[in-house]
Amino acid sequence: MLGQKKVKELNIKCKTIRYLTIDAIGHLGVGHIGGCLSIVEALVVLYYNHMNIDVNHPKMEGRDRFILSKGHAGPTMYSILADKGYFDKKLLYTLNQPNTNFPSHCDMIRTPGIDMTTGSLGQGFSCAVGIAIGSKIKKDNATIYTLIGDGESQEGQIWEAAMYAAHKKLDNLIGFTDYNRMQIDGTTDEINSLEPIVDKWKAFGWNVMNVVDGHNVQEIDHAILSAKKCKGCPTMIILNTIKGKGAYFAEESGVGNHNMHIRPEQIQKALKELK
Amino acid sequence: MYNTNVEMRVALVSEIEKIMEKDDRIVFIDADLGKAGSTMKLREKFPERALDVGVAEQNMASVAAGLSSYGFIPFISSFTSFASRRIADQIAISISYAGSNVKIIGLDPGISAELNGGTHMSFEDVGIIRSIPGTVIFEPVDVIQLVKALPQIVDYKGMIYIRLFRKTTPKVFNDNYKFNLFKADVLKEGNDVSIFATGITVSESIKAVEILKKKGIDAELINVHTLKPIDKETIVSSIKKTKAVVTCENHNIIGGLRSAVAEVMTEEYLCAPFKYIGVHDCFGEVGRYDYLIKKYKLSTDDIVEKTLEAVSAK
Repeated sequence: MLGQKKVKELNIKCKTIRYLTIDAIGHLGVGHIGGCLSIVEALVVLYYNHMNIDVNHPKMEGRDRFILSKGHAGPTMYSILADKGYFDKKLLYTLNQPNTNFPSHCDMIRTPGIDMTTGSLGQGFSCAVGIAIGSKIKKDNATIYTLIGDGESQEGQIWEAAMYAAHKKLDNLIGFTDYNRMQIDGTTDEINSLEPIVDKWKAFGWNVMNVVDGHNVQEIDHAILSAKKCKGCPTMIILNTIKGKGAYFAEESGVGNHNMHIRPEQIQKALKELK
Repeated sequence: MYNTNVEMRVALVSEIEKIMEKDDRIVFIDADLGKAGSTMKLREKFPERALDVGVAEQNMASVAAGLSSYGFIPFISSFTSFASRRIADQIAISISYAGSNVKIIGLDPGISAELNGGTHMSFEDVGIIRSIPGTVIFEPVDVIQLVKALPQIVDYKGMIYIRLFRKTTPKVFNDNYKFNLFKADVLKEGNDVSIFATGITVSESIKAVEILKKKGIDAELINVHTLKPIDKETIVSSIKKTKAVVTCENHNIIGGLRSAVAEVMTEEYLCAPFKYIGVHDCFGEVGRYDYLIKKYKLSTDDIVEKTLEAVSAK
């Protein structure tokens, strides 16, 4: 259980990360705002309360790893990595500018602290399975975390990887599904429903935790702690989230917030609300 | 002395086994073709590092990329059709764009798919992979070349696609052969025409060169074992000397060796009669090797004919 002080601290951190992310995307005026904001709490709980990483040694052997398989939420990663000190926060404004090291989709060659290049949906999740196997071979006791999108879960490769991770009994692998129920063309239930999502993952041999409020740091932390105790199979944590959470204009846009244009006054108002 | 009477797949796996004994970074991954590739024995010896993901080539490719990010050097293996076109996006993103150090073995290139027929007969794999940045494509002609190549393949940091005929081949090289992954082999020097061959067409070309000699044609024969990056220097100096070109490949004439040599010639403003042996932009079909090599006009006689045409056009 997280103490009240820690909960407060993490919630403040979530505000900071949201602020930095909205500010960076807003500076450019367009971006994947919806899917960036839905995963803030999960990433904050991981990076500020669980992961064994060293900002001074981004490639430290045996470190815990995080693979953002829905690579288009890169800006949230960059906000967290900047806040942790992997690079200067000012660089966040170079997002998607010429010669940037901060592209829309995560790039392990360009960005310190990124553990895997992702962006072509489905692949990062498989990479995470490979990394978890690598950690098992090296017996370094690392925990491998990965996060997939709900739309991404329509990719066949996700289920190829899911089968194999369970077959290999990868209990060092903890996945998250950002279940915001929206994708580019509509809601997931309109386009190609994932339901019954919990039963699907169970049927694939995974331990499944359903986090009813994917923006509640306490609930997320509890699910991660339970997942770490689970032996003999990987865990999938379903995060019931709101796409665009915390930016009024994104929440109002609904399915329109996947990759949206944002006006300066919208940014100013949203940032003011976070202060 | 290396036993040259073994199949290519047997030579590959016995060398990989030796390398895996010494180098614990090597991982071998199959996608349910371990029996076809003769890799099953690796699993007994290295249960942690010899994996089989089942019939899931996309997962295999990205799992390998993940392992590469963890410091391993994975070899992945499947038929060329699945090791190239089926996983083109994984090769592009998880492997090459991400800078992964993954070696891909494509078994049964082109007509060597034989009775698996058109669905498995890849005439496009070189074209697909050649157009992805950062890739290296290597096609060995015999076990000596394959065995000599493997240490260089392991040492090279980056993706390499090994286009592997898996059965027994005619012997082309002997134990004294010096291999360089990025240097084409001049198998015979000549002055009248340059024959650039790769894979199974090399041994056909060796026979063609003998027939041409009797007809008074002094052909130069070059084995382009590495299709990308192509050895421009050797190609350019040969064409400048002979002023006539023939390319031979067990692949579509679009995207493979013919295209690569033509690209070199245009870059260097080289103009010369240019004939080519290869599959003329059509799909494969079922058949035995001897039938298919004639059907697609990849045989010794076809090479002789095209070479004579190139020489007479000078």
